[in-house]
Amino acid sequence: MNTYGIQAIYRFEMGRWFRTLGQSLFSPVLSTSLYFVVFGSAIGSRMVEIGGVSYGAFIVPGLIMLSILTESVSNASFGIYMPRWAGTIYELLSAPVSAMEAVCGYVGAAATKSIVIGVVILATARLFVPYEVENWPLVILFLVLTSVSFCLFGFILGVLADGFEKLQIVPMLILTPLTFLGGTFYSIDMLPEPWRTLTLFNPVVYLISGFRYAFFGEQAADVNIGVSLAAISVFLAVCLGAVWWIFKTGYRLKV
Amino acid sequence: MTEPIISIRDVSKTYKSGLQALKPTSLEINKGEIFALLGPNGAGKTTLISVICGIVNPSSGTVVADGHDIIRDYRDARKKIGLVPQELHTDAFERVIDTVTFSRGLFGFAPNPAHIEKVLRDLSLWEKRNDKIMTLSGGMKRRVMIAKALSHEPKILFLDEPSAGVDVELRRDMWEMVRGLREKGVTIILTTHYIEEAEEMADRVGVINKGELILVEEKNTLMRKLGKKQLTLELLAPLTDVPRVDGYNLELASEGRQLIYSFDTQADDTGIASLLKQLSERGIDFKDLHTEQSSLEDIFVSLVHRQ
Repeated sequence: MNTYGIQAIYRFEMGRWFRTLGQSLFSPVLSTSLYFVVFGSAIGSRMVEIGGVSYGAFIVPGLIMLSILTESVSNASFGIYMPRWAGTIYELLSAPVSAMEAVCGYVGAAATKSIVIGVVILATARLFVPYEVENWPLVILFLVLTSVSFCLFGFILGVLADGFEKLQIVPMLILTPLTFLGGTFYSIDMLPEPWRTLTLFNPVVYLISGFRYAFFGEQAADVNIGVSLAAISVFLAVCLGAVWWIFKTGYRLKV
Repeated sequence: MTEPIISIRDVSKTYKSGLQALKPTSLEINKGEIFALLGPNGAGKTTLISVICGIVNPSSGTVVADGHDIIRDYRDARKKIGLVPQELHTDAFERVIDTVTFSRGLFGFAPNPAHIEKVLRDLSLWEKRNDKIMTLSGGMKRRVMIAKALSHEPKILFLDEPSAGVDVELRRDMWEMVRGLREKGVTIILTTHYIEEAEEMADRVGVINKGELILVEEKNTLMRKLGKKQLTLELLAPLTDVPRVDGYNLELASEGRQLIYSFDTQADDTGIASLLKQLSERGIDFKDLHTEQSSLEDIFVSLVHRQ
């Protein structure tokens, strides 16, 4: 096991993040805080409770999930795309680093960034919206599982992308709409048929519902917690398999 | 008896486009030598190096580096190898010391600030250690690439066109550094367009053209075998016809003011003394004479054109 190699990649990636801490951390925190101000404090006070939870508190898990999904994909895809673009990937390919070690370094760093952002947003939300967390271990489990899974997904996108603009397509055109339509601002029980059934095909519904379950318990969740955990686990397994195959074959990395 | 540190057996590379960049190639690099791989652009030099270093997947064949198969036992093989690629691929926003330290860790070695400092000092980079790479000149960036490759104390160092874009002074410094590494037992494989570089440093030379390794030879032997020597006589009075001297192939140049005799460098008797005697007997006098030996560059051009 090349632990020094993993540490080197991890530190390198975190170093890059710290150099641009302003835009890396404060930007997502600021934009999410604006949601809390508008939907939590201003409009939220005029909304009815959902599942026994105030509207301001109800949107906290979904907004944290929105930030984690987009930041995970962006950070991880940029992390591996940058050396491909700059040509410095030669060093990784010629180093005694296995596929799993490289993934641990890159995805570990990207997931750390996402988790830090998630925790900071969680703390910031408390300034605008009063909420209590029912199950902290489950919150942490969802935070970690979601961050790691979507960082892996971002890593795959970074390997497949052949231009900077393509790195932004999935977070902007797919993840953000899916998150908005996945129950960030509402319970899917509020939707009429057939939209309610159709929404169940949106995988982000399961993440937000599971995360909300961890915060407020069963009454605030849209789907069973077991289904949510299974969904994120399957997604994690698929991404792990894809990354393993990419390194095994050198697809888009080696010629 | 020289011991091979790299054994290449029937390695070939055909890209998906169908281009065969490297035909089945076998080669052994000896421990502690400086091996120069020469060839025109697109000859397959970088492809061969990239296969050995793990950047390009070979289509066939095996490579063993310091006793380790580069695919089955890639960890141990790669730990022994350092690579300075042709292109200046650097992390522009990183500091010099950070990128060199990163390379050492990536190759699985514990942090060693003293070694990093020594490498940076040897390459005159210590004063620039806190500078961002983007602020350095092309030559200094090349040094950073070398420092990264040396950060994990490799036993085998690949230098792919190390002098590209480097000024004369820096090139001389680099040659000194390469010689110093060789003295420490590092095996060096370099590809270069500057034949002068190979002539100056290499122990052995390989010539690759159109994906085929066409020759591997000791540099001195190669220059003896394929090199030609010419004797040029500056005549006192110009000649209109080439003088007929039995057994000698002579030519006139400079409108008859020079008489040129080409001879085999390997022959026991060059025949110069006899030629000068015979010319003197015929009243052909000269005011000066000099000899020239063909350079490695002449030999290289002749080999590549012959193929």
